[in-house]
Formats: sequence, C-alpha cells, structure tokens
Amino acid sequence: MNLLASLVDGLLIGFVYGIAAMGLTLIWGVMNVINLAHGPLIALGMFGVYLITTALGVNPYIALILVALVGLASGVLIYAVAIQRVINAPHLSTLLATFAINMIIIGLGTKVFSTSPYTIDFSLGSISIGPITILGTRLVAALAAVIVTGSLYLFLYRTRPGKYVRAVANNRAAAELMGIPSSRILALSFGIGTLLAATAGGLIATFFPFTILAGGAYELKSFVIGVLGGLGNPLGALAGGLVLGMLEGVIPAFLPNTWVPVLEFLLFVLILLVRPSGLFGAKR
Amino acid sequence: MKDRPSFASEAITAEREASVKLGLLRRSPGLWLTLAIALVVGLYPALTGNVAVREVVFTMLLSVALASSLNILLGYTGYVSFGHVVFFGLGGYVGMFLLSRGMGLWLAAPAGGLASGVLAFLLGKAILRLRGAYFALATIGINEAMRAFINNFAPFGGPTGISLNFQIYTGYGGAGQALWLTYYVLLGLAIVSLVLSYLVKTSKFGLGLMAIREDEDAAEVMGVITPNAKTWAYILSAIIPGIVGALFFFKNGNIEPNDAFRLHFSIEMLVMVMLGGQGTVLGPMLGAAGYQGLRGFLVTSPLFKDVQLAVAGGLLLLIVLFIPAGAVGWLRQHFPRLRALLP
Amino acid sequence: MKRRFAVLISMLMAVGLLAACGTQAPASAPTSAGNAAPGTGAASSKTVTIGFSASLTGASNVESTRQKNGLQLWMDQVNARGGVALADGSKVTFTAKSYDDESNKDRVQELYARLINDDKADFLISPYGSGPTDAAAVIAEQYGKIMITTGAASDSTYSKGYTLVYQMYTPASRYLTGALDALAQAKPDAKKLAVVHENDKFSTDVSNALKSYAEGKGYQIVLFEGYDTSTTDFGPIINKIQQAQPDAILGGGHFQDGTTLSKQLYEKKLSTQFLALLVAPPEPKFAELGAAALGVVGPSQWEPAATYNADAAKSAGIEWYGPTVAEFVKAYKDAYGEEPSYHAAGGYAAGMILGKALEQAGTLDTPKVKATLDGLDLLNFFGHIKFNTSNAHGLQIGHDMVYIQWQRGDGDKPTKQIIWPAAATTAKLTIPLR
Repeated sequence: MNLLASLVDGLLIGFVYGIAAMGLTLIWGVMNVINLAHGPLIALGMFGVYLITTALGVNPYIALILVALVGLASGVLIYAVAIQRVINAPHLSTLLATFAINMIIIGLGTKVFSTSPYTIDFSLGSISIGPITILGTRLVAALAAVIVTGSLYLFLYRTRPGKYVRAVANNRAAAELMGIPSSRILALSFGIGTLLAATAGGLIATFFPFTILAGGAYELKSFVIGVLGGLGNPLGALAGGLVLGMLEGVIPAFLPNTWVPVLEFLLFVLILLVRPSGLFGAKR
Repeated sequence: MKDRPSFASEAITAEREASVKLGLLRRSPGLWLTLAIALVVGLYPALTGNVAVREVVFTMLLSVALASSLNILLGYTGYVSFGHVVFFGLGGYVGMFLLSRGMGLWLAAPAGGLASGVLAFLLGKAILRLRGAYFALATIGINEAMRAFINNFAPFGGPTGISLNFQIYTGYGGAGQALWLTYYVLLGLAIVSLVLSYLVKTSKFGLGLMAIREDEDAAEVMGVITPNAKTWAYILSAIIPGIVGALFFFKNGNIEPNDAFRLHFSIEMLVMVMLGGQGTVLGPMLGAAGYQGLRGFLVTSPLFKDVQLAVAGGLLLLIVLFIPAGAVGWLRQHFPRLRALLP
Repeated sequence: MKRRFAVLISMLMAVGLLAACGTQAPASAPTSAGNAAPGTGAASSKTVTIGFSASLTGASNVESTRQKNGLQLWMDQVNARGGVALADGSKVTFTAKSYDDESNKDRVQELYARLINDDKADFLISPYGSGPTDAAAVIAEQYGKIMITTGAASDSTYSKGYTLVYQMYTPASRYLTGALDALAQAKPDAKKLAVVHENDKFSTDVSNALKSYAEGKGYQIVLFEGYDTSTTDFGPIINKIQQAQPDAILGGGHFQDGTTLSKQLYEKKLSTQFLALLVAPPEPKFAELGAAALGVVGPSQWEPAATYNADAAKSAGIEWYGPTVAEFVKAYKDAYGEEPSYHAAGGYAAGMILGKALEQAGTLDTPKVKATLDGLDLLNFFGHIKFNTSNAHGLQIGHDMVYIQWQRGDGDKPTKQIIWPAAATTAKLTIPLR
C-alpha cells in the first residue's frame, strides 16, 4: 500500500520533470546545443510566476501563461544575442555561450532575489484515497504537463513551422536547400525550449519552495530524462520523466534514500552505453 | 568538433615542422617560452616571499595543471569530458584517506594519481565508445554517480568527509613550511603537465589522437588503433588531476563530497581550455591563469563584488562570441609565422 | 611584418597585465590607515582591521549577509563610542575588510591569506559554514592570527589541534539533544523516534550525536535516514516515516529542505506527537508556511525573546557584559529594518567578544589576547560564553541552544514561543503538535 502511495507521488512529479527535460532535449535535437542555461531558465520561470502572482494577485495558472509567453520571447532573444553567432563554430562554443548566460542569470538573480527560498502561497486542497494523499496542485501540474506535451506534438506534426522545426532537426543543410529559413526556425526552437523550461519551473513553484539556484537540480534531472527518453526526442522526454519519477518513488522503499542518485546516474550511464537512442527509441 | 579541416591541417603541418626527429627540446622554442612563462610566474612568489600572491598563483597553477591535462583529451582527441572533476575528486579522496591513516604525502599524492588513472582505464574501456554529446553526458553521469556514491561510502566518511589533524603539518616542517611545500610540488606538477602536453602533441601518438579528432573512422582506416589511443589519452589526462586533487585537499585540511565533485568546477576547466585555445600547449595555460586571475580580481574588486558572477559571465560571452578559437588559436590564425612560438 | 609583430607584443603585454591585475591591483590598494602594529608607542588612536570572507553569492548568501550585518552593527556602535580603550591609554577603532567566498571553500584560503598579508588584518572572523571555516582555520593558525568563528557549528574543527580558533555557536553535537530533553519532560512515554536528516556534514554530525544521546536514554530509533541536499519531493521519505510509526520526528538540515519537509508532512496529514527540525524553524520566514508551521520545534542559537540578563549572571556568579537583549534587538531593527536572526546575533557577539578580549587584555598582542580569551567566562545578550581550553581548544562549552515552537497566536497566525530550556520558556510545549 505504501509502495502504491510512493508510486503515485513519483508519477505525478514525473510529468513535470518531463516538460523540463523536453525543453532541453528539443534544443539538443534541433540545433545540437547542450543548453547549460536550462537550470537558471527554470528558476526564472519559478520567479516569474511568483512575481506576477504576488504583484498582481492573479491565479498562478494565469501567471503561468504569461510566463510561458515571456519565456518564448526571451528564448528567441537569447538565441539572437548569444547563440546565433556561434551556432556553426566548433561544438564547444555553444556550450560556453550558454554557460555564460547561466552565470549572468545566476549573478543578477542573486543580486535581486538573494538565495533565500520563496514560496507561492497557493493551495487547491487534496484528495485522500486510503493511504494515498494527492495534492490538487500536483494533479493540475500533471494535467498541464499532458496538455503542453499534446500541444507540442500538434505543433510539431500538424503546423507548418512545426514541420520546419523537424526538418531542420533532421538535416539543416537539406532544409535550407528546400527554402526553409533555418535561422528563424532555430531561434523559434530555442524559444520553445525556453518556454518549456519556464513552464516547468512555474508549475514546480506552485507546490515546492524554490531559490534562484533551484534550477540546477532540475537541469541535471533533465539530462538523465533526456537520455532515458532518447536525446533529441521531445515526446520521449515525457515518458523518461515518468520513469525517473517512478524510480524516485519506488527505490527508497527498498534502499536508503541516499542511494537514489547513485542508481539514477548509473542507470543513466548504462543507457547511454547500451541504448543511446533511449528506452523508447528504435535500436541503433 | 570535427568540422575544422583548415585549422587541423595547419596544426598537423606545424607539428611536423616542429618535431623532425632529433633534439625535441632544442628545436622547440614554443615549449621553452611556455615553460619560461610558467616558471617566472611560479617563482615570483617564492622570490618575493609574498604569501598572498602565492595563494593567488596557487589557484592559477592548480587550474593550469587541470586544464592542461584536460586538453589532452579535449583538445587533441576531440572528446569533451564534462565531468573531468571526478578525477580531481577521487584523487583527493584516496590521498586524504591514506594521509589520515598516517601515510606520507609523497606516497599518498601519487596514490591519488594512480587511483584516477585506474578509474580512467576502467571507464575508458566502456564510455570512450560513445561519441560527441553522448560521451560528454556520460562523463557527467559518472561524476554525479561517484559523488552520490561517496556520500554513502562509510570508509571515506560519507557526507562528513575526511579531516586531517593540524598536527600533520608538523611532519612537513610546520604549517607554514607545508604550504610552501605544496606550492612547489604543484608548480612542478604544472610544469610536468605542460611538458607532457607538448610531448603528446609532437609524438606519433599525438598525431594519432589528432587524426581521431578530425575523423575517427578515417583514423581507424589509416591504421590508428583508436580504442587504445583514446584510452591512453584518457588515462594521461586523469593522472595529474588525481595528484593535484590529493595535494589541494592536503592543503585544505578536509574533504567533503560536494567540494570534491563539484560539476561547476568541471565546466570551469572547459572554459579555461577554450579561452586559451584548445589543442594547443600554451592555450590551456594562458586560459587557466587568465580565467582565475580575472575571477580573483572580480571577487576582490570593490566595484564588482556584488555582481562579479554576472560580469564574469558577460566577459566570457563576449570572448566566446568574438574569439571562438581562444587566445592562442586566434594568434595562430592571424600570425602564421609565430606558430613555432605558440605550440 | 615588423609592425604586426609590435602589435602582437603589445597584445601579449596586455594579456600579462590582465593576469597581473588579478594579483597586483588589490595589493596596491591602501591598507587601513594607521594600521596598529603592537607597541607603536602611546599613539592616541589606532585602527584594527577585522578580516573575513562573506558569501555575497551562492547558497549561504542570506545567512552570511545577516552575520555580516550583525558584525558591522557592533563595529559601528563601538566606533561611535570612540573605540575600545587599551592599557596604554590609547583607543582602538575597528574597520572591516571582506571578500566574497561564493559560498564554497575553493577560494577561502586564498582570500584569508590575502586578508592577512595584503590587507594586514589583525584579527579574523570565520566565514559562514563549517566547511569554509575549516579551510580558513588552517590559514589563521598558520599565520598566528586569532579567529572567532560564528555560523560554524561543527565540533570537529576543534579536535584538530588549533590554538587560536574560538567558537561562538553551540556545537553541532548539542543541537538537537535539548529537543529530546523537552520531549522527555512533556511526554515521558514517547519512546519511538524517526531521525531523517539532510545528507551533508553538519546535519549528519548533529543526527549522529542525537542518535547516541537518544540511545543512551533508552529511546528506540525506528528510522534513521538521510536525504540528498537537493531533495524537493519528500513523498517517498514520508511514506517510510508513516510505515515506521514513530512518536516523534527529529532531523532536517537547512532552510530549503526543512520548509519543504514541514510543508509536505502537513499536506500528507502525517500524525505525530513531536516534530523538531534543524535551522529552518527559527527563521521568521518559516511562518510563511502558515498552518504547516504550527507545532514545529526548532533549535536556535539565540532568539530575540531570550531572557539572558545581568541578574542571571549575578546568580550564576559570572560577569555580565554588553548590551541587553532588548537594546541589541532595537539597534539591529533600526539599522536593518528587520528582526535580528541568530546569525545576526552571532555576528554581533563575535565582534563584541573580540572587543571585550582586547579591552581586558589591554593590548593588541596576540598571545595576551589569546590568554584572555582562554580565561573568558561571561554572560551577554547572546548567552553564556566559555571556551574549552584543554582537549578541544576553542570549542564552545558555555553557550546553550534555545528551542522554539510555532504555536497558534492571534488570528491563528503562527507565533514563535520559546519552550526550552525551562528557565527561558515563554510558553509550554504543545503535544501533540497539531
């Protein structure tokens, strides 16, 4: 019975992990960039929802929509300022460019918010079924994650810009030959990746306390999830998030809790070695 | 990583010029220049006896040894090791464990290097099969798994780590003397790492590595036994960080998992190599000293101390955007005649 | 070609200068005026430089800043009074010199060496946190500088043979033992404990000490488990606690995980008699948890409601020194616009104890000041201060923790009450907590 409770907990949080990772893996898939500013962008999403909710007194979920839009815009901006120039330079340059963005966000964020924790005072009550207690905010977050994933799927497979994104991801040179404005598509992809990071952050902020440094842990988890679901496969990321959430829920039932990260990261390395295309991808 | 033929062929021809058969050192002014800079900077605190400067240079030399080692894998072989700090941390832990059991520094520090080398050997067999970002991610996974494991590993103190008694320094002529001692050893290690880097670069082995960097499959066809070459590059890049780790934590007096396996530090090592110019001997040294010097300046500058992190990030971004090949890479591109001086 | 060469040479020099400015520029900054070398005659005024590193960035930024504010307040007050009088009739005033340690210890030794050598710091205060303090202690001891540590509770620093390092805080080994005493008095039949703690040095040390203390008192530890520092979802741990059915839960770590754990324990409607967590509960911000904060007990180094006073000192037969609790609280509020936390009080007290030692020794001479500190035994607004001078030199043995509980106040708002030690209580411990 306890195991069931842990499982439910894990799965619910797994949905949110999933969208956080989706942003990272989308950016990787489309432009081969490992975005080291991912964590700080998640943290900015948290603070965005916090600021809008407390300053304007609106519902956090309305704030979340605003934050998502701002996230999209700032992603495009970051791409234009920091990534575009080095997108064709040696691989590592983009890594350093995004790391520089990371330092700038954390540096300014610490100045503005300090590193003390913030909480959004918001609750949707909870439902209890036997030993299982489910929080309303977490349920809504999981639901939101499903909606976001569904919209991303529709966007990528049913709209023209979405198809362009997939074409560029597949083969940028060929896409350019077909007349696809690859530069704009890359900017759009980075924007969407940032939007996803900010959204995940905003959802997390509705039930966990957070600091400006809180994104780091989710960034690491996103790496793990991205690999579980297949790097560059945004939809696999949701499944990867669920797997990770489940593991975090179930492992402590059998082992001391501190062994969770050991197993998590060993599994991560193992999957890279055995199935680099991810748990759900086609075998290479 | 693999799309710079011009830079590569330039590198290889320059190397060929530099390493014709005899008298390696006599015919390599670039190495002499590199070592001379390292020695002048390294001996300056010793000559003036200024301890504050020594501490600053200590941080720089530490980074020089680490960045220069990382460069063997990153710059020559083209494999981005994102979690290289794992070797620093493991070496530190093994060294501290032995020191706390009464072993002398002269054995404990090399033992740290050995442990890191063995780890690299074992890992190399497995993860060096991965390419590009997959390898980079695997090294992150290894570092995080190691950090989490040590956190649970009772012989190394788990989360509490290992502390040394202050008395241990009396065995090295007192605390003051011990700090000078670690400084000189570190200076020696930094120099060794530079010489090693140069020797690798100018050897046939190094040529094989650079062939792997440009096109691994082609290198294989050309007769480079790539798995072995890569594994050796990995081991060579791991040993010195292991020794340096033991030395650093000996000086610090205690070690904890979160200090030893700080992923952020790993990323900083990459930054240093890139700033100076990857795939060069001089580059990682300049990058490491420049980066640490700049950070040290910003941290202590009254003007920037509040926002020093953001300022450092802004400067880094400017450099990455406008000098992507790193300082030495840029110089080599713009002053072809100086290449012999800029290994 | 020659011209290009000249350009190149000048570039190289520029790079060299850049690297050099890291080492040189601050060195050439003027050191504090009239730096007091001991024995410079009967000059009427000297300035003592107090050096320390603070965490302007990184995880400890909030606590460290408060500590720094506290120290600064003491310095401003003492300077406004004209300083501390020495035996030779001269007066010393104080100035602070500090650098950002980024909340980690990579650069701590570099910064302390610079404080001592370049900035000519005469006395040192520790960084915030046990890890950085350990690293700084090596440097302090090596240069023969006295360092007062605050914001660093680890016991192990003082078992390493240092002779010049003095601790203000009650050490980690006594952090949670008082909470158990409070429980024992209020509910003697509660015997099953769950200890869940952050898996880092400080919290693990505290929890291990608590475990052996509890076992010695006949308690049964039904769950003893750590969690990773970055844990945000405590669901799995709470499920384990539920299974173990403890009478009381003790442990925790720092602010972030402590608040999250309290909140989730509440949300999961876990029923327990007693919940005591490290670090987080005494923080005023903890009240933002609302109903989830109610009943939570926490150890605090000091509280604004503390009752230390001159009478208590007299009945204990020791000296009373410095401002009263109310005077300190008011001065801090006036200066920084917020209620002082124990970090701030610790920072103020660290400076004050140093000042007291200088005044009593009547000199700036390190061996004499050290001897004075060794013999110090006094009560002040922060509590009782006395240092171990034998097997663990510098360890704090006088100071005690106070334990607070958040109880229902006006309009159901959580209010902080002191529930232990018995002499200082402002309310009775509520059991069960909710």
